[in-house]
Amino acid sequence: MMLMKRRDFLKVGAAAGAMASLYGCAGGGKASGHVVVVGGGYGGATVAKYLRMWSEGGVQVTLIERNPTFISCPISNLVIGGQKTMEDITISYEGLRNKWGVRVIQDDVVAVDATKRTVSLKGGSALSYDRLVLSPGVDFMWDEIPALKGAEAQSKVLHAWKAGPQTVALRKQLESMKDGGVYAISIPKAPYRCPPGPYERACLVANYFKQSKPKSKVVILDANEDVMSKKGLFTKAWSDLYKGIVEYRNNSEVKDVEVGSNTAVLEFDKFKADVLNIIPPHRAGDIAHKSGIKLVNNRWVDINWLSMESTSTPGIHVLGDAIFPAPTMPKSGHMANQHGKLAAAAILNMLSGQEPNPEPVVMNTCYSFVDSKNVIHVSSVHQYDAATKTVQPVKGAGGVSAARNELEGKVALGWAQNIWADMLA
Amino acid sequence: MKMFVPLAAACLLASASAAHAADPNLGRNLAATCANCHGTNGNAVKGSGIDGLAGIPKDKTLQKLADFRSGDKPASIMHQIVKGYTDAQLDLIATYFAAQK
Repeated sequence: MMLMKRRDFLKVGAAAGAMASLYGCAGGGKASGHVVVVGGGYGGATVAKYLRMWSEGGVQVTLIERNPTFISCPISNLVIGGQKTMEDITISYEGLRNKWGVRVIQDDVVAVDATKRTVSLKGGSALSYDRLVLSPGVDFMWDEIPALKGAEAQSKVLHAWKAGPQTVALRKQLESMKDGGVYAISIPKAPYRCPPGPYERACLVANYFKQSKPKSKVVILDANEDVMSKKGLFTKAWSDLYKGIVEYRNNSEVKDVEVGSNTAVLEFDKFKADVLNIIPPHRAGDIAHKSGIKLVNNRWVDINWLSMESTSTPGIHVLGDAIFPAPTMPKSGHMANQHGKLAAAAILNMLSGQEPNPEPVVMNTCYSFVDSKNVIHVSSVHQYDAATKTVQPVKGAGGVSAARNELEGKVALGWAQNIWADMLA
Repeated sequence: MKMFVPLAAACLLASASAAHAADPNLGRNLAATCANCHGTNGNAVKGSGIDGLAGIPKDKTLQKLADFRSGDKPASIMHQIVKGYTDAQLDLIATYFAAQK
């Protein structure tokens, strides 16, 4: 952004006045302008709050979110397992509105014009922006599971990989299942949202069966060669806690589904379940595809790690699960929150005529419940590396729990309270 | 509007000369990486069971971090996370939190 376009500079100058620009230039200035954020999840809510907080209200922020409330994916497996309710994982946007002065609009963005710097809403209106943040999460590649393309099929064979109505529906399917039934969960090839999430879900469904339907089974159909996260800790939980209940099958990619009989079609085999939970392969949310920004493998957004800005399209920053990840970086809510702060800092610098921070750091922590109380974690720290122009995991830092334990079960719930407040309160 | 052009030039010069200087908000940015668990600006949610860091004297925070790193202070996760930051970064983080209310 060193070569700030004259047009942009005039826009900033016109909004903030010459004095503000002069201060910005001197390094202590207050940024100003209008940032539109698309998507109010872990990434979008965080960037909206931090832009307002760090600019002390100098930057106007509009957040466009299609849902009326925030519903958390992390902790949603406890709703499926029966320990928590939807109310426990649902939070309003009123904190962003009232405390932080974010304009929250419930709508869908249908188009982005990167040249005119406008977004069009489904409701018919359009908004102009100085900087745009897309935090759209993922959408599913239904072509990879052809029988699930239609809405009716999708209402029978659930993913429950976006917390919301499907979370409730999957819980209901499990409650309705007879004892002695089989629940099968399929995992797509990495990268996918929340690497340990499917294994956690398998544990919590097995925990429910152990208590309420002890003749029932959980089968994990994993398209990957091996357990993708916390392998030793998950396999130990399955053998210690759920022997005879959980069965893990690697290299078992689901190619299609026979919806009427809850049957997963694998490459050489079929698997019939009573409750079939298919997590299809995913890619950056639809709006990233519609906006014309550069994608990697036609799936994930290519970004500059100093600013989270698209490598192809100036003025558009992209966060969270939608991006092509840095080496070993998971697609997680915690990481999306960290992206939001990195982007907020960079955007405020850019709006006041400064370079983004040349040495950003992000870190991840992810807790998984293996039963109603015991938890295991994985953590990592990622520092910017100028040579590779990406954030690299710090060697010797991070790691996993020594063993599942109840202390981390309490910490995991404390983590949720704090990160939800960090985004929304 | 003419006056904006020389200002833009001045900005370019300032940016160029400061190309390798640290960001003045580096401490704030680094401390924000802790906020997911320890609360915005170190103000953890009351009753969450996670330590708040706001207003804690810098030396105390640095000592705690050093003890996590050495293993003198047992931890579930901080012994792994602390090793991801340089001493200079931990110093900036502890300084930032000490100044928060």
